[in-house]
Amino acid sequence: MSQTVVPIGPFHPLLEEAEFFRLSVDGETVTGIDTDIGYMHRGHEFISERKTFTQSIFLVERICGICSTSHPLAFVHAVEDVDNVEIPVRAAYIRTVVGELERIHSHLLWLGLAGHFIGYDTLWMWAWKYREPILEIFETITGNRNHYAMMRVGGVARDVPPEAVPPLLKTLDMIERKMAMIAKAAADDPVLRSRLKGVGVLSRQAAIDYCAVGPTARASGLAIDVRKDEPKDAYALVDFKAIVLENGDVYDKLVVRVLEIIESIKIVRQCLEKLKTAPGPILNDVKEVTAGEGIGRYEAPRGEVFHYVRTDGSNRPLRHKVRAPSYVNIPTCEVSCKGIPLADALITLASVDPCYCCTERAVHLVDARGVRITPDLLQLSRDKTERLRRDIHG
Amino acid sequence: MTAQILFDFFVFPGIVFTAVLGLLAGWVDRKVSARFQYRVGPPLFQNFNDVFKLLGKETILVKTGNRWLFIAAPLAGFAVLSLAATSVGTALFFGRAAGMDLIVLMYLLMFYSVLIVLGGASPGNVFSSLGAGREVKLLLADELPFILACLVPVVRSGYKLDFGAILAYQAGHGMLVASVSGAVAFVVALLAVQAKMALPPFHIPEAETELVAGPFIEYGGPLLAFWKLNQFMMLVVFPFLLILLFWGGFDLRGLGLLWGILKYLLILVLIIIIKNTNPRVRTDTAIAFFWKYLSPLALAAVVLAVLGV
Repeated sequence: MSQTVVPIGPFHPLLEEAEFFRLSVDGETVTGIDTDIGYMHRGHEFISERKTFTQSIFLVERICGICSTSHPLAFVHAVEDVDNVEIPVRAAYIRTVVGELERIHSHLLWLGLAGHFIGYDTLWMWAWKYREPILEIFETITGNRNHYAMMRVGGVARDVPPEAVPPLLKTLDMIERKMAMIAKAAADDPVLRSRLKGVGVLSRQAAIDYCAVGPTARASGLAIDVRKDEPKDAYALVDFKAIVLENGDVYDKLVVRVLEIIESIKIVRQCLEKLKTAPGPILNDVKEVTAGEGIGRYEAPRGEVFHYVRTDGSNRPLRHKVRAPSYVNIPTCEVSCKGIPLADALITLASVDPCYCCTERAVHLVDARGVRITPDLLQLSRDKTERLRRDIHG
Repeated sequence: MTAQILFDFFVFPGIVFTAVLGLLAGWVDRKVSARFQYRVGPPLFQNFNDVFKLLGKETILVKTGNRWLFIAAPLAGFAVLSLAATSVGTALFFGRAAGMDLIVLMYLLMFYSVLIVLGGASPGNVFSSLGAGREVKLLLADELPFILACLVPVVRSGYKLDFGAILAYQAGHGMLVASVSGAVAFVVALLAVQAKMALPPFHIPEAETELVAGPFIEYGGPLLAFWKLNQFMMLVVFPFLLILLFWGGFDLRGLGLLWGILKYLLILVLIIIIKNTNPRVRTDTAIAFFWKYLSPLALAAVVLAVLGV
């Protein structure tokens, strides 16, 4: 039997960015999925090796417009890891505030888009309306609605003055009330529930097999959260719980995110209270980075983001490697989309909150006869690692 | 006589009246939806601008598929809806019905859905083919409850298919929606109409984030303008039909005009509220909803109507 292929992409209303999913369908049932990434390659790792550490922070911020503080945070963690730099306690609180606010706005963005994807434009507009005050808080703290430029190796760039805290807490109270309302409206809506319950199930075992991270893994009963597993910054100092649900369907992924928003508000409030009194500087000035290597992890809204840095004592990284959460989350769609109707498959694709900009720093070219004309990237990468080893060990 | 028929079809209540009122109703729809979603919404003449702009654009035809069908479908759809609007309008305002009865009207409205299927299936695009397939399924789903619901006024008015008889019965005995069978049938008909217009939650055929534009994906320029106009005209034809069948007609004189406008706005706003408070349902859910729940409900309404309740 001949198979029909529904091309979702490279440009399609379901995708905010260029990406290509080929869905093989039999009637309206999806029988297979072929993912093709590589439309957004911008060579970040290559550029990063030609910039100083401080310049690289601004560069990695632009890997993704949504997680624009997760990447810099993981990167500065990596650079600090080389020399085990301690950061001032006030800086730790500010980092956590910015990181958690980013989680709130990212989850709200996803909630709105998910509403749009299932044809519920009212939910879309409501979620984005309440995302707006969060962006205004960002503007108050950092001067920008997005791309905050707050992180520095050894601390943060700007202070949050104690007198700015009470108005922020007030806004936070308002947002918490609205979030409780949205959580109730989204989680208790019978039509939404019937539309999403049991759709696109990712089993616990499949989540482990595909190395899923973030809300995608936590909705499948996998309790992994970098904030809990390896608490950095102020995460060890605040009280919060990691949300873990069992079913692994799209509905649970929605509920995980909604509940995480409420947890994040709790974290931000605790940190802001501490910022009223926490003393001290906000930046531990790092004059030089010695030769060595460091890793940085941070729980981005979509899952664990991982940065690896190798240094040679100069002011720029010798090698900088980034692994974004969507890179491991997108392949889980192979399992969760198979055998379900097209209408369900598309919201399942979107349910991992894929961020293509984050994912794609690799491309290969194939000529008209189907022969690969660029060298194997994995091989290139291994060759370079070998070369680095030789350089360092003589 | 001929002049009268031509006026009925082309001016009032046919093409010109229905198109203008439909574009305005489309504005109400967009504006109210926008207010639901904390947006501003478009200015009054936005829909007119959109349609006129599309009319002035180039017609692009795809190389594959059946071109003749591709071009004919939107134009035939426009003709069918104009005819339906003329028959409902003349019955509602003048009691003439342009020589048509309920059976002819049902046939015309069903034919419009078939035209969407034909137009969508003609270019051979995978999205438009899937959209056309979904339109067939939706038509199969909503047709039965819709016909059953429309039978209630027929039964109540003494088994007459003629619009005049249904209106005369309601003039004598009060609006049908005030009775039990009439109210149930109205609710069923309203939901079936929502599906016939392919508005949310039943915008399954043209689901933007799944099939991009479904059956209409290959259309552009004047042909797309006709599809758009058809969709706006449906915002007039269906509410008028519901007023005729269940809400006791539309009197053009004195206070009757005000009542008529209120009835129309009420039905329009009901449609908009349903549209804005629901996500898109899956095809199988829609079929199950219409066959498992609404059809028995409509059948019960018909039985109640036979009993005279």
